[in-house]
Amino acid sequence: MNAPAPQGIGLQVRDLCKSYNGHAVLNHLTFDVPAGEIFVLMGPSGSGKTVLLKHLIGLESPDAGEILVAGQPVSDPGVMTRYRVAMVFQSGALLNSLTVGENVGLYLSEHRLKPPADIARVVAEKLELLGLKGTTDKTPAELSGGMKKRVAIARALVVEPQLIFYDEPTSELDPLIAVTIGREILNLNRRLQVTSIVVTHDRDLAFGIADRVALLHEGEILALGSPDDVQANPNPLVQRFLKADFRFTPEPALP
Amino acid sequence: MFQDIGEILLLLGRTLRALPHTLRQQRKVCDQLFEIGNASLLMACVLSLFIGGVLALQTGPTLAERGLQSFIGQLVGLAVCRELAPVMMAVLIAGRIGSAMAAEIGSMRVYQEIDALRTMNINPVHYLVLPRLIAISIGLPVLVLFAILVGWMGGAIVSCFNEAIAVSFESYFNSLRQGIEPLDVVNGLLKSFAFAVVIGVVSCHQGLSTIGGPRGIGRSVTKAVVNSIVLILLLDYFLTRILMHLHT
Repeated sequence: MNAPAPQGIGLQVRDLCKSYNGHAVLNHLTFDVPAGEIFVLMGPSGSGKTVLLKHLIGLESPDAGEILVAGQPVSDPGVMTRYRVAMVFQSGALLNSLTVGENVGLYLSEHRLKPPADIARVVAEKLELLGLKGTTDKTPAELSGGMKKRVAIARALVVEPQLIFYDEPTSELDPLIAVTIGREILNLNRRLQVTSIVVTHDRDLAFGIADRVALLHEGEILALGSPDDVQANPNPLVQRFLKADFRFTPEPALP
Repeated sequence: MFQDIGEILLLLGRTLRALPHTLRQQRKVCDQLFEIGNASLLMACVLSLFIGGVLALQTGPTLAERGLQSFIGQLVGLAVCRELAPVMMAVLIAGRIGSAMAAEIGSMRVYQEIDALRTMNINPVHYLVLPRLIAISIGLPVLVLFAILVGWMGGAIVSCFNEAIAVSFESYFNSLRQGIEPLDVVNGLLKSFAFAVVIGVVSCHQGLSTIGGPRGIGRSVTKAVVNSIVLILLLDYFLTRILMHLHT
């Protein structure tokens, strides 16, 4: 657990399509995420980000197109056993019937990868890393939203992932914890070259950590490139999303 | 409906294929067994006591009018162990444990806990369905055994203290001993095992196919209980025919 074991694996998406009740949610998406990159998917609500994420992790099947993890189709059941892939869900998705410690150590205990004493040590280590020392015996119901999210990240880290997906990792968090989590994503990537795919609305997080950003709109990629390239993209839809703010704009006065 | 039946059979097949993993899930099996016993034993005893009592109360006076009250032990004994205890306990467990299974698995599905298991390469059938199905398949027959004994006792109490029947404990249990064979009890236990498999697999299937938030969970729970009870009653008829045929 202490050695920098994981090396990232790449992901390719080829002409991915998905419709629900005749409505196209993902429309011929094609992009590559090289090994070790932090790739951020941004976009307004309903643009298909979470649906895309579910396809990338193999929880949903596309109508057309393919997703390759380290060159192999994600639909191949062997992919998830050959490579270590983890996901941090927006809600945390912690198992409410288990304690925090049991949640974090679940992957190790279910697959019997370590003896119980070692699992306890690893769990304590990961919880401490995320500032959750002393929460091992608590239940998820006793935690705040931010703590649940950090436990979910700790649970993902225990897998020692080569590819990690984050679904809105900073939603419902105060700015300080959001920055901590952003830093943790960055640290993990820089330390272990873990490939990270982050879905977020949070522009600060996206442009703070991304190697590349893709902006999704109605199931299509509007802009894809480095944070600077995307920010300089002249497409009005891109600029509207990037520059939206709370300032009051008065209606023009009636003549 | 046919899709549901197909999915239920598929889930049963997957769970049976997962049986070699039972030892790895033994802690969860024990937890579920405790849950079944803790939630249902007292209620099962009270229910069976009154079932036996009511059966004696309804049939005893008629038998006594015809001078046949000495057969009351046999009548109550057979009805309780072959039919009433297995069916009533199965209905009770469908309501208490089947609904809890559908609700728990359903909420895990809605709140993405099952997706989280899949991303950790943990098979939800091994982790969630297998321990529940094994626990209910052990727990329900044990509960039925208790229910049979308590039901017989309920019949004995009413037969002894009701003036219209007035049969002594000794005479009641003599009749019961003469009329009941161990095979009758085994029949009841076999039925209860089949009912347990139905409740377990139907409830887990409903939980796993839950969609649409808290309302969806409510719908799954209702469907799990109703479908289980309907299937129990249908299966009861066919199992009774088969077991009677094997008896003769």
